[in-house]
Amino acid sequence: MSYSISLTVNGAQRRVQLDDPRVTLLDLLRERLDLTGTKKGCDRGQCGACTVLVDGRRINSCLALAVTLDGADISTIEGLADGDTLHPVQAAFIEHDGFQCGYCTPGQIMSAVGLISEGHAGDDPERVREGMSGNLCRCAAYHGITEAVVDATRRMAETTERKSA
Amino acid sequence: MKRFDYIRPVSVDDAVAAFRPGAAYLGGGTNLLDLMKIGVIQPDTLIDLGRIAELGPIEMLPGGGARVGALVRNSDLAYDRAFAAAFPMVAEAILAGASGQLRNAATVGGNLMQKTRCAYFQDPHSACNRREPGSGCAARGGDNANLAVLGWSDACIATNPSDMCVPLAALGAVVEVQGPAGKRDIPIADFHQLPGDQPETETALQPGELVIAIRLPTEAADFARNARYLKVRERTSFAFALVSVAAALKLDGQKIIAARIALGAVAAKPWRVTAAEDLLVGQAPTEEAFARAADALLEGARASGDNGYKIELARRAVIRALQMSAAGTPKRMPALPASPFGDVAEEHSHV
Repeated sequence: MSYSISLTVNGAQRRVQLDDPRVTLLDLLRERLDLTGTKKGCDRGQCGACTVLVDGRRINSCLALAVTLDGADISTIEGLADGDTLHPVQAAFIEHDGFQCGYCTPGQIMSAVGLISEGHAGDDPERVREGMSGNLCRCAAYHGITEAVVDATRRMAETTERKSA
Repeated sequence: MKRFDYIRPVSVDDAVAAFRPGAAYLGGGTNLLDLMKIGVIQPDTLIDLGRIAELGPIEMLPGGGARVGALVRNSDLAYDRAFAAAFPMVAEAILAGASGQLRNAATVGGNLMQKTRCAYFQDPHSACNRREPGSGCAARGGDNANLAVLGWSDACIATNPSDMCVPLAALGAVVEVQGPAGKRDIPIADFHQLPGDQPETETALQPGELVIAIRLPTEAADFARNARYLKVRERTSFAFALVSVAAALKLDGQKIIAARIALGAVAAKPWRVTAAEDLLVGQAPTEEAFARAADALLEGARASGDNGYKIELARRAVIRALQMSAAGTPKRMPALPASPFGDVAEEHSHV
């Protein structure tokens, strides 16, 4: 049996024919849609390297079957920047040394974008650390990651204020 | 992962009608899919509940109770203002579990249905009576430091890993289920089963039955002003409990009118003993009174391996959680939900 699904991936409509319902969103992105920015770490929902936004919410793409997501809006690290202009979270990770080897970074950044839009952590470092605990970093760049997320949160709030003023 | 057929019904009736032995209902998938990947569960059909709108709503009921659909995501329930205000320790427990990503996907029904995290259950090559009846229990002679100290049997010493179910048990929640024989209510105290000599029977569900909602009774909202969840674990976030406690009090000045206490991570189900709660009625909220309740709650506890430490840890955690609830529900969710290292100086709602 074959399953046809349609997804919006980083703003573009994609129609995908799945000949096997076992394909996860993570494997679909990496193996079928050539979007290898999303990383496979543990493949069990424990490391967060595969974090993407589905309908604006951050989830572990390794624990989502693609076939269940027919009609969903997917955002990955590849869709975050506006041309050559980095997203504020991406810029803040560079500025604050929020990584070392970089393998967990796409997941960290997508998780941070999700966390900021959830709006529960604000710029409180303790709440940011708690909110980012689903993303492991084996280089232990946690200090820089926390600083980057706090800084990006503040900058994005300022931009929103300026726009609404 | 074993190949399966995939179907996506749009009503509970259709989902139940589609059930056959060997099929599994799929909610958020955060536990089921993980176990399918490692071969612990091998359904031949997945019945995806994700498009069943009737499983979706959170309803605050007249008089103070609530009804929560089985497909409500954990994060949506914890951050629902009305629900969290009425049942703060449920919100705190949910936010003390898993990670932001997992809570965004995991559902209320799936949380009730989640499997034990016993390492031997999760390893298809190990003996496990729960996974494979009659194969034995590798945990008895293995790494069992975080396994059960209450209600266990020679056949199985696994614990239920849920945080959310602990305050639900304390508050006397009801699980609404639907199956081939129709709808029925199961009190949460009867939902999860102790292992006995049939540890493979994990819940009171009959084949094909599906959790459709949980209901919190009217009186559960009486505890909103003094209700806390305390979770002791090996790291402060994204770890399962060694011991957890949901503790709630109804106070009249310096007198306890009613108390609710349940322990998590000590048995195959949330552990509640109403006789322990009754000991607190009419008492002042003192450490001595809390210690008597803790002793009564832990009566009969015994180590099933290298886990005797959990008995004293649980006793102290119960006292601590009751003290935290006596101090009042925090106005705002603590930065570290349920943590013993939380900010105790935060403002409390009752002052």
